[in-house]
Amino acid sequence: MTPPSNRLLELTNVGKHFGGVTALADVSLHIHRGDIYGLIGPNGAGKTTLFNVVTGLYQLDSGGFQFAGQSYTRCKPHLLAQAGIARTFQNIRLFANMSALENIMVGRHLRTRTGIWGALTRNAAARAEERATVQRARELLDYVGISAAHQTLAKHLSYGEQRRLEIARALATEPKLLALDEPAAGMNATETVALKALLQKIRASGITILLIEHDVKLIMGLCDRVAVLDYGKKIAEGAPEEVRRDPAVIAAYLGGETTEAPDGTTSHSTKPASGQVAGYRPQAGEGLG
Amino acid sequence: MKLHRSSGHLTLAIALLALPFIIDALFGHGWVRIADFALLYIMLALGLNIVVGYAGLLDLGYIAFFAVGAYTYALLGSPQFGLHWPMYVVLPLGALIACGFGVLLGAPTLKLRGDYLAIVTLGFGEIIRIFLNNLNAPVNITNGPQGISAIDPLQIGGFSFGSSYEWLGLRVDDVHLHYYLFLGFTLLVIFVSRRLEDSRIGRAWVAIREDEVAASAMGINTRNIKLLAFAMGATFGGISGGLFAGFQGFVSPESFSLMESIMVLCMVVLGGMGNVGGVVLGGVLLVALPELFRNAAGPVQQMLLGKVVVDPESLRMLMFGLALILVMLWRPAGIWPSTQRRREFDADDSVLHQEQETVYDASK
Repeated sequence: MTPPSNRLLELTNVGKHFGGVTALADVSLHIHRGDIYGLIGPNGAGKTTLFNVVTGLYQLDSGGFQFAGQSYTRCKPHLLAQAGIARTFQNIRLFANMSALENIMVGRHLRTRTGIWGALTRNAAARAEERATVQRARELLDYVGISAAHQTLAKHLSYGEQRRLEIARALATEPKLLALDEPAAGMNATETVALKALLQKIRASGITILLIEHDVKLIMGLCDRVAVLDYGKKIAEGAPEEVRRDPAVIAAYLGGETTEAPDGTTSHSTKPASGQVAGYRPQAGEGLG
Repeated sequence: MKLHRSSGHLTLAIALLALPFIIDALFGHGWVRIADFALLYIMLALGLNIVVGYAGLLDLGYIAFFAVGAYTYALLGSPQFGLHWPMYVVLPLGALIACGFGVLLGAPTLKLRGDYLAIVTLGFGEIIRIFLNNLNAPVNITNGPQGISAIDPLQIGGFSFGSSYEWLGLRVDDVHLHYYLFLGFTLLVIFVSRRLEDSRIGRAWVAIREDEVAASAMGINTRNIKLLAFAMGATFGGISGGLFAGFQGFVSPESFSLMESIMVLCMVVLGGMGNVGGVVLGGVLLVALPELFRNAAGPVQQMLLGKVVVDPESLRMLMFGLALILVMLWRPAGIWPSTQRRREFDADDSVLHQEQETVYDASK
């Protein structure tokens, strides 16, 4: 076991249900500092619910979690952002009618202080802060590789650029943990490769990443540890290679008995050599996560 | 360029200063009075613009804050209680109390949005009016439907804005003086609006309007920022109300009906939500045009038909409704919208279709 101090985020028996539907049941997991932690599972497995719990959009029904040594059970999204959790959304939620630069400037809100008085008087401190905000926003645009688009409205950016802008906006909050909900969804192969490089760059800068992704190849190539959710339960956790061979995981993805799972030649697989799990591809219009 | 701009500002300043006398010379005293009211309404509309235009919170009871400001001034500066507090105390106090009411309205409605928020604010506006209407028993505070009269004029020291003065052979009447006073306040409100709009706070308001869930995930304390919008808007309403009471010398609950709230909202929407210039334009148009119409409708009918067929008063509302529909059809973002709002109404370029906030609603 790793010493707890190395754990940035630790979930303990987290439960969440909506009416009679159990979205998360007794999920416990922990994420080490500096890791890229993958969260996978079939549609409706509870991945996004877990995200929403950790980022404060949902209040959990049982259990709790620790982030950076602080315990949380009920917490507002902005306080968790303050504590250092930033996220992106599965269905991109940029401020559509603001420019790319303004989107990131909103992300700086948390780490800036100018209030009414500063805004009205535009005193030296307020002006300096505004300059620094613009400066930082430009750096982040550059960092994610869309600096040419700074004046473009978020809604006019291409899909891949929007994904990147969302990451830049999240980075503007100076997170310890960056939670990405299917960042590669809808990207083509080239964009996915570029995204992978970006995520590695972010990790190298010392930010821990929690990643929901359907592109199993991306997960396998990128993550240090992976957890698999199915019907709100964690069915496997560990290094990507172990998880991929886990019979329960194979069963969850292919819906068959574990003993029947063939070795990469099922009709689901598009790339047999990469194993059964890699054969899974997200269907259009999936939403529950 | 800079010189060009400052000379433009100078021209505008001279025009604004000369305006009441020009209006007076061309159209008469009554129209200067209308200009005074236009300025009061512009202040109101700018206050509402912060709530509706920037933060995107639909408030249908906004006139309540105007009422609070007006009654604060009326109660503390009239024979009603025998109090005659000076303007420089009562006006800020009215603004402060209105601000408090803004927070009072904002706090319980924080989780509401759209139509639901509109209904609650509408109710709030009516509650304030009905309170004012009924607070004459068992203890008479507001004088009920009769209203409060003989309110002190706006005055500072010995200088009263309600009197006439003669300077250098130029006769300056109360309507002119009020014009300058209101103009000063309006410019202040414009200044505050512009500065807030282009700041960290203003960006947070727009972010909440665009996507509240994302805004909160980015660390914006949506509760405080929304309350701030309500409080700022209400403060402007309170100032305007105090000025109104001092100008009019009389307040009664019927000045603060739902129709007034809707009127102010129309100024914001028609002029251009979120754009200070558009809102000012909306205020001017919606005060001036109906008056113009009222004055013109009778004579025009007389001339064309030989008699007055339709009462100009009812015709006025008809034309008003028609104008609203036409503007909404042709310029849905308002006559002079902010660039941002115009983008929103550009149907063609909705590349990103924002999905509705299922996340938030499911969490309740």
